[in-house]
Amino acid sequence: MIVSPNPHIHASVSTRSLMLDVIIALCPAVIVSFLYYGLSEIAIMAVSVASCVVLEWAITKYMLKRPSTTGDLSAIVTGILLAMNLPPTCPLWVVFIGALVAIAVAKMTFGGIGQNIFNPAITGRVFLLVSFPTFMTDWTVPAGFISNVDAFSGATLLGQVPVLGALEADKLVGLQTFFRNIGGSAGEISALALLVGWVYLLVRKVIKPWITLSIFATVAVIAAVFHLCDPAQFTGPLFNLLTGGVILGACFMATDYVTSPMSTWGGVIYGFGIGFIVMMIRYFGSYPEGMSFAILLMNMAVPLIDMKFHQRKYGRK
Amino acid sequence: MSKITFAIGGVHPDDAKLSRGCAIEVLPLPETLYVSMAQHLGAPAKPIVAVGDKVRTGQVIAEPGGFISAFVHSPASGTVKSISPRKDLAGNNVTHIEIAVEGDEWVDGVDLSNTLVTDIPDDRQFILDRIKACGVVGLGGATFPTHVKLNPAPGSKAECLILNGAECEPYLTSDFRIMLERTKEIIVGAALMQKVLGDVRTVIGIEENKPEAIEAMRKALAELPYKGIEVLPLKKKYPQGGEKQLIQAVMHREVASGGLPISVGAVVQNVATSLAVYEAVQKNKPLITNVLTVTGNCLPTERQHNYLFRIGMPLSYIISVAGGVPEGAAKLVSGGPMMGRAIANPDAATVKGSSSILYLSESSTRRGTESMCIRCGRCAQACPMGLEPFLLRRLYAAGDLAALEANAVQDCIECGCCLYSCPAYIPLLDHIRQAKVQVMGVIRARNAKK
Amino acid sequence: MNPILIWTVVILAGLGLVLALVLFFIAERFKVEEDPRIEQIEKTLPGANCGGCGYAGCHAFADSAVKASDLSAHFCPVGGNDVMKKVSAILGYAMVEKAPQIAVVRCNGTCAVRPRINDYDGAESCRVKAALYSGDTGCAFGCLGCGDCVRACEFGALSMDPATGLPVVDQEKCVACGKCVKACPKTLIELRAKGPRGMREFVSCRNTDKGPAAKKACANACIGCGICVKTCTHDAITLENNLAYIDFAKCKLCRECEAMCPTGAIHGVNFPKPLDKAGIKERIAKRNAQAVADKKEVNNE
Repeated sequence: MIVSPNPHIHASVSTRSLMLDVIIALCPAVIVSFLYYGLSEIAIMAVSVASCVVLEWAITKYMLKRPSTTGDLSAIVTGILLAMNLPPTCPLWVVFIGALVAIAVAKMTFGGIGQNIFNPAITGRVFLLVSFPTFMTDWTVPAGFISNVDAFSGATLLGQVPVLGALEADKLVGLQTFFRNIGGSAGEISALALLVGWVYLLVRKVIKPWITLSIFATVAVIAAVFHLCDPAQFTGPLFNLLTGGVILGACFMATDYVTSPMSTWGGVIYGFGIGFIVMMIRYFGSYPEGMSFAILLMNMAVPLIDMKFHQRKYGRK
Repeated sequence: MSKITFAIGGVHPDDAKLSRGCAIEVLPLPETLYVSMAQHLGAPAKPIVAVGDKVRTGQVIAEPGGFISAFVHSPASGTVKSISPRKDLAGNNVTHIEIAVEGDEWVDGVDLSNTLVTDIPDDRQFILDRIKACGVVGLGGATFPTHVKLNPAPGSKAECLILNGAECEPYLTSDFRIMLERTKEIIVGAALMQKVLGDVRTVIGIEENKPEAIEAMRKALAELPYKGIEVLPLKKKYPQGGEKQLIQAVMHREVASGGLPISVGAVVQNVATSLAVYEAVQKNKPLITNVLTVTGNCLPTERQHNYLFRIGMPLSYIISVAGGVPEGAAKLVSGGPMMGRAIANPDAATVKGSSSILYLSESSTRRGTESMCIRCGRCAQACPMGLEPFLLRRLYAAGDLAALEANAVQDCIECGCCLYSCPAYIPLLDHIRQAKVQVMGVIRARNAKK
Repeated sequence: MNPILIWTVVILAGLGLVLALVLFFIAERFKVEEDPRIEQIEKTLPGANCGGCGYAGCHAFADSAVKASDLSAHFCPVGGNDVMKKVSAILGYAMVEKAPQIAVVRCNGTCAVRPRINDYDGAESCRVKAALYSGDTGCAFGCLGCGDCVRACEFGALSMDPATGLPVVDQEKCVACGKCVKACPKTLIELRAKGPRGMREFVSCRNTDKGPAAKKACANACIGCGICVKTCTHDAITLENNLAYIDFAKCKLCRECEAMCPTGAIHGVNFPKPLDKAGIKERIAKRNAQAVADKKEVNNE
């Protein structure tokens, strides 16, 4: 007979099941990106996921010489997120380099799942953004399965702010952007699709809403204050929420278990930090967006936040 | 839907009360009984009979071995065959008195009738003495001697008696069955303890997955003359029946770290203890029986049972009466699946606090392969004491006892919520329990120095 | 020349000079005067910081040795007599020689002789397992097999043998620091004198159950029969709580107990020849017969 210390039963949850839930939650946005960007996006997704999984398997087997961890599906999540963060025209070899940085540098050098300081997918993306700016800011829209004649090409909405001015740019954002926002990383076409996935994660109790809500609130408040002061120079809250990967980052990248704080209040502070840095980069920095940089910077602060913020303990003040 | 529950953490396992419909059956006496001297928390009892002595049912066979200890009575009439070490359910040697059963002849002065005695004696000390003489201990799991708990140290004042009918552990139904079948006796027992504590407010907390018990209790309370006793339906959430959690749910007070419930004016007693108090005081009947659930997820419905057993019956005897170990059972547990102890030795004898024999299938109980912590924080969200199990485990691995103490490892109630909810199957509680033992040792050594 | 360059060089050089002076004065101000012998002793010590001597590390040992009036309470088990000779020379104290020791595992309940009745599914730790129950076999005293001793050993001298499920001590690597002794919740590991050329005789069992119970749980258990006590002509074996124990100081390594033990609980290691069971038994039988004859003679006279 089996003998073990208590408890003798276990919740029906495992690392694998959690990662599977994240994959399911990403599906709506992935499908929308396939519909709009067609075969080229499917190829990027396939290369990204396949390279992440194969790289992790190879590193655990041949370099670390320990049981493979690909079964926990976290490499697939990284692969999907990386592909969603790239422009739909990105050459496939660049995608592979992104996967290499994400898995080999950002994840496995720290010891694999649970040990990494930086979000692997974002690290991969930022590496590509700095190394291959031409590919990474080529927002030409390839042929998709749905006609997208009204699409812009050449620059993202945020990229057009210096060209058009804040007042004109604000007018480009409306209700339709919420459903369909062409121009930008492949994964952020539809805010709706992303939010549906986020709500799924909340319903399945995979994540808590505090980090995401804190980012949204911070971005909205800072944008509102600046916009009210000078609408001609600073874009408004709605514009900033719906563009430049804020939703994708806040729902799926900032909420990554490994690189976010454990406690509720820690999460709120972390979210505030991301929102604040994003807005500072957008208003005063040279990069038009900045979500990736904001998340990476706040990733560094997580150990500190975890040291400072704890849960309320029973019977202690 | 009741909203009343504890404030921090908790988990929601499937309650799986498969044997809730099974009425209590009386187990026949076996040929031999083995009465453990470690039936309760505290010092083991000391045998006062010799080999060859004739004993009668209910006769004292061992007396308390210290201040925190209890009397043990013979569960049947017969001859003392041996007094020797025997393996308990963990396989460790404990002194047992072996009794060759010859019948069921009770000692004199015990009321064996079923008549309900509702008059509460005026003398508080009389009630306490009866509880002590009848060897009553807490039957909610800890088996702490009841007379000690009901007699708080001078200077502390009880304000509320909480009767624990939460039975938050999945599978177990013994408390549920006695609440249905011995409703009035439990309430009289509560009234007796209420009297001892000085007519305090009394709350019977029952999780709302047992509506029949709540209904039965309310009906019985209306028919009985006692004042200040109420039924409080609680939300179904584990560990609702934990002493500190129940106090938080009912009184909105928190017992300070290292403190006793009485420090916030609370005394918590299990419903089964209340029944034992009733029998001890009103019937002069010592605690030699209790109700035990035979259940499990690999046991067909018709083989689920709630049994009234005599202490000292070997678990293997009860298993064979109940039709043997079912096919597919991979683990035997005594107690609930969250806090119960795995049975390493099925020949072990039942004790006062035995509450179940639980058969669990391989797939439901085998732990998954341990993998890396993904920092999901589920253990911290689940901990009803607000601890951070992931951190405690890391500190234990580093051997940092000072940091463990600073992070309150000694507050752990070992409820198992952390390991239950860990997606990486990290044996959090296994390590934290060891850390707790070491830190408690440091604290005790420090206190001894002062 | 470019004035910016000159200024840069000047400022940096000045900064370097100022900081160097600050560092120098701080180092002077907070200098700790230490007995130079402490450093000397520390250099002779193995530097493993294992704590086998009972002090927090090699520095703590050296510090305390310098303050002590003799070396009776200071012995480095890792360095052994060689290192202690040097230490005593530094301090000018008399050398306290100790017989070299080695860790000995006192359980020989291999998988083959000790039937498993339970299947452990908890954390891989002897401590956790011991707190939970008596172990996977019927023996409540034997090795739990989770390898806490192996993890405790800082010298890589212990390893689990997958065939027997018991820890094995590497005699070359073991320095008798005693970490494993503390790590074992069943106190199975004992530091025993290494013996001449490593030869030693010991009871490899800790079971204090009565004979039949012990035998049922493990075929190799000491059943407390006392044959070894009767056999031993050197009065080296004691029997307590159904368990025999060999006092190394008295043992003459004759191997008679080992040959007579009915369960094989007594182990002799590093002997040049394999145990000649029949020969020893014959020798004992002859000696006993002689003793009986002598007794008769005495009676007849």
